[in-house]
Amino acid sequence: MKRIAIIGGGLGGTIMANKLAKALSEEQWVITVIDKNPKHFYQPGFLFIPFGIYSTKDVVKPKKNFFPLGIEVINSEVYKIEADKKRIILKEKTIINYEYLIIATGVNIVPEETEGLKEELWHKSIFDFYTIEGAYNLYNFFRYWKGGRLVLNIAEMPIKCPVAPLEFVFLADYFFSMRGIRDKVEISFVTPLPGAFTKPISSKILGDMLDKKNINLVPDFNIARVDNKDKYIESYDGKKVPFDLLVSIPVNMGDSLIERSGLGDDLNLVPTDKHTLRSKEFDNILVIGDASDLPTSKAGSVAHFESDILFENILSAIDGRPLNSKFDGHANCFIESGFDKGILIDFNYDTEPLPGKYPLPGIGPFSLLEETKMNHFGKVMFRWMYWNFLLKGIDLPIESHMMMAGKKRLA
Amino acid sequence: MKKEFQVKGKIYELNEDGYLANPEQWDESFAVEIAKELGINELTEKHMMVINYMREYYKQNGVVPTLRKVSKESGVGMKDLYSLFPDGPIKKAAKISGLPKPQSCV
Ligand SMILES: Cc1cc2nc3c(=O)[nH]c(=O)nc-3n(C[C@H](O)[C@H](O)[C@H](O)COP(=O)(O)OP(=O)(O)OC[C@H]3O[C@@H](n4cnc5c(N)ncnc54)[C@H](O)[C@@H]3O)c2cc1C
Repeated sequence: MKRIAIIGGGLGGTIMANKLAKALSEEQWVITVIDKNPKHFYQPGFLFIPFGIYSTKDVVKPKKNFFPLGIEVINSEVYKIEADKKRIILKEKTIINYEYLIIATGVNIVPEETEGLKEELWHKSIFDFYTIEGAYNLYNFFRYWKGGRLVLNIAEMPIKCPVAPLEFVFLADYFFSMRGIRDKVEISFVTPLPGAFTKPISSKILGDMLDKKNINLVPDFNIARVDNKDKYIESYDGKKVPFDLLVSIPVNMGDSLIERSGLGDDLNLVPTDKHTLRSKEFDNILVIGDASDLPTSKAGSVAHFESDILFENILSAIDGRPLNSKFDGHANCFIESGFDKGILIDFNYDTEPLPGKYPLPGIGPFSLLEETKMNHFGKVMFRWMYWNFLLKGIDLPIESHMMMAGKKRLA
Repeated sequence: MKKEFQVKGKIYELNEDGYLANPEQWDESFAVEIAKELGINELTEKHMMVINYMREYYKQNGVVPTLRKVSKESGVGMKDLYSLFPDGPIKKAAKISGLPKPQSCV
């Protein structure tokens, strides 16, 4: 029996386990998924917890509910990958040999990377919402907050779901308006990027929205440290932004396993061929989801589009054929913008987000780069789709490659 | 729209964002003059450490290194990078090093 090992049973790993279990014969292949945490978190839901829209129970389910029958599931932490020996060592020293390895270990926040971030004020007046604990503690903080300076800061790019920080400030604007204290809350969006977002057209449209919602944009801010005593953040070039409440997106890094195994770059991301999704170093290792260094968004939609490509390519590799399926960097993100509206963006390696209709050209029902109620509905539906279709690797009626049809090129 | 940049009669072609179109064309006199254009009047030894590191990295890897990488590996720390190349060290240093526009990650 030969083994395909999948490290990480989050979104990408679970989709791959489901696709491969259907395609491979149980007599020839054993599929082994290893994950350290028995709980599956619907991470896009973390955004809504601070505002009381979702509670913690809406975003957690047992991982085992989503794994297919007939595979091997190990609940343990992988300590090391010995790629040259084609084996994995678990925390309790068990050795697992593999023929092919899929790395799906995602990224985590590492607040320790920024001086002063995880000190006295951490989870008292400095919060993250990229973990369930952070989101829940922030929810409790918001319940009694009377207002002041709310500063959202992105420590460094890349982060997973690069639109989530924007959604956070849009929702904060909505939340405090509904509570009748919007005039008492000053909201600032402090980012290392030169604008609201990376690419020119969407950056302009989203920047105008910040303006309209009376949210200050502080661009080109590279955080050096947090002052816990006088409550301000300071950039490397000496700019200071004072806060009463700091909502931080700390540095995002791949799991320390990747570093221990010598497989990562300086952010513990695995150097990966951006088209075939194969590790640049080892032919029998493929990478899905946030764990790779691909120059596209770290998002659930990306892991989903990648899964089609990775599936084709691993079957080709097994048959000793070249990896012909090519990923184009397709990403697709709903941006919740408050007041029951949302925006949708769709892009890939070569084409920046453009306005238009999606997925059916001219029809939609979703509108690209435009605020609509339908887009908000799409975001709400996404959770249902995620639990019921996405994780199980069931095909959605969406192309994995990006399409230009239905999009408008602006001059 | 392409631009031309002249140093002592030699013509360097820049792309629309102001990066040297052909990294091979780079030489020190280009670096000195383009730096002035970007508000850096003198290229010190520390500037050159960064520039040499970035050019070497690009030669090896075919991409411009990230700010994090430069601060960890060039021998010049983050704070110094900001004082040497004010307002966006990586973009400025890439321009002076004759490298293409750094890829921003979405
Ligand atoms: C606040 C927030 C909002 C988001 N919103 C959206 C959105 O609206 N739309 C969207 O498309 N995406 C969104 N995302 C991003 C999305 O959740 C991720 O891109 C997606 O989960 C990536 O899947 P993955 O499989 O790469 O990693 P994950 O789903 O994070 O899974 C990684 C798994 O690996 C396991 N693991 C790691 N290291 C080890 C080890 N050493 N041993 C054993 N197991 C290990 C972990 O336990 C985990 O289960 C959001 C993320 C956040 C945080």
